[in-house]
Amino acid sequence: MSETIQEAAVAVEKKSEPLFSKKNKKLITNPLDIDNPITVQVLGICSALAVTTQLKPAFIMALSLLVVTACSNVAISMMRNSIPSRIRIIVQLAVVSLWVTLVNELLKAYVYDVSKQLAVFVGLIITNCIVMGRLEAFAMSNKPGPSFLDGLGNGLGYGLILMAVAFFRELLGSGALFGFKVFEAVGFHYKGNGLMLLPAGACVVVGVLIWLQRSFNGYRESH
Amino acid sequence: MKFLRDTLDKLKEDFEKGGKWEKYYYAFEALDTFAFVPNTTTAEKGAQIRDGVDMKRLMMTVIIAMIPCLLFGIYNVGQQHFLALGQVAEFWDKVLIGAFQVVPIIIVSYAAGLGVEFAFATFRRHPVNEGFLVSGMLIPLVMPPDIPLWQVAVATIFAVVIGKEAFGGTGMNVLNVALTARAFLYFAYPVDMAGEVWTYIPEGAKAVAGYSGATPLAIASTTGENAIVAFNAFGAGWADNIYSFTNMFLGFIPGCIGETSTLMCLIGAFVLVVTGVGSWKIIISVFAGAYGMGLFLNLVGSTPFAMMPAHYHLVMGGLAFGAVFMATDPVTATQTETGKWFYGFLIGLFTVLIRVFNPAYPEGIMLAILLMNVFAPLIDYFVVRANKKRRLQRATV
Repeated sequence: MSETIQEAAVAVEKKSEPLFSKKNKKLITNPLDIDNPITVQVLGICSALAVTTQLKPAFIMALSLLVVTACSNVAISMMRNSIPSRIRIIVQLAVVSLWVTLVNELLKAYVYDVSKQLAVFVGLIITNCIVMGRLEAFAMSNKPGPSFLDGLGNGLGYGLILMAVAFFRELLGSGALFGFKVFEAVGFHYKGNGLMLLPAGACVVVGVLIWLQRSFNGYRESH
Repeated sequence: MKFLRDTLDKLKEDFEKGGKWEKYYYAFEALDTFAFVPNTTTAEKGAQIRDGVDMKRLMMTVIIAMIPCLLFGIYNVGQQHFLALGQVAEFWDKVLIGAFQVVPIIIVSYAAGLGVEFAFATFRRHPVNEGFLVSGMLIPLVMPPDIPLWQVAVATIFAVVIGKEAFGGTGMNVLNVALTARAFLYFAYPVDMAGEVWTYIPEGAKAVAGYSGATPLAIASTTGENAIVAFNAFGAGWADNIYSFTNMFLGFIPGCIGETSTLMCLIGAFVLVVTGVGSWKIIISVFAGAYGMGLFLNLVGSTPFAMMPAHYHLVMGGLAFGAVFMATDPVTATQTETGKWFYGFLIGLFTVLIRVFNPAYPEGIMLAILLMNVFAPLIDYFVVRANKKRRLQRATV
């Protein structure tokens, strides 16, 4: 993981590079697969286990994190040269909490029931390892443009896994997708699998996703 | 026998390199070595091992040790069935009913598990592992007699894929496979795995007046008075003295198919220990841990369950079955000899702790063994480290 951070840090810092250069496109595509925040860096696991019993809250959560990561990346990147390095963490926290509060208020205003379901987990984005990690590893040393893409990419990578986990958990756990009873719709009586509704079920699903991803990518553990 | 050998030899060509079914060689080889001792011998010189005991023989020994539990379990399913319906039945009627319930579970368990094993072996191109021979028999023995068969299949597939193959196959699993299957069902479909599901009562059949399917563990955890008094009062009118100590020891009580009889488990333990397949240290220390914890709770406890005489813990629920067949699993237990004492003792201790103090889980042996499976490598680590330290002190360099 440390390698990828260094690579990313060295990667940009050239002048007059187009926003969607090949390198910058990687900032979005890498977190979706080979540098995924959940399945590869194993960050943000707690929220991935907690909010994925149904697709709807998972979707809202993914969206919230996407917005927070991208926006705080841009904000911190713009301020990066004037932040004294000794207090940078607290500055980052302040910026992140600004966005989180905004997102939280929006959720409360427009999707109150989901916001209730997510409970503390939106608030906890403040301390989410993915957000903090991207700020430290990328935004502090890169320009706002690439930082925005990086935040977007990592938010999408997180959201992708969140949705995949929630898809299987809701389908197998309650036989529904976005609250729509799919099995009953085709006239099949489905008995909900209680394990999938427990956090342990999410752990299993995440594990299987990692397994699949690694076998597709030909990953080998280095000794 | 000769006919089988000839057929296998004739088929062998097709499966060997260059044959038309080369891809399925390992599936064929598994069947071949299952039926016959492999025809390979070690060299005259330089070999340390001269015995034909491969993993398949080892696994068969465990299965032989389980046969008493299985046969008794089949009988007892029928026994409890007729008891609950208030009917008098012949011995063979009970066996027939029992076999009718139990045999399909065994078939489904083996079919599902071996199907996954063969698929993975063919896909990964390695010999079929024998590990499932035992798991496939253990799984039915820890199921309630009227478990839906599809649930057995789903749990078996889950246990083999997630519990074993994900970690690299036989010998690499962290958790006991059979208990993984049971834990899966326990959390996935609690309605069919907990409560009063331990007696087979067909749909529409009427139970005898006063019938209750409560197990000794459930009675002990809910009773407000002395647990022994509650045991003795239970079953009055339709099954007098069903929960007496002797009866629980012999196993004529409702429960999982194979777990009820402590006596049969001890016979199995005898086979395992004599053949050297199971570790007597683990078996003894599990019982010791449970008994010790029971005594300790007698001293400090206040609830009726905690005050129940400690020796009752040894014959209730699945403690004996777990101690003999699950805790001794050589893959998931501790590897060091000293570690085995700690491992077993802690299993017994946690079992009683969960039983007495956790209202959500009436039986604790499953979770206790799974928990200690996870901690087994840590115990080994400390034992090895202590050993190193001791030897370093002795060293004169």
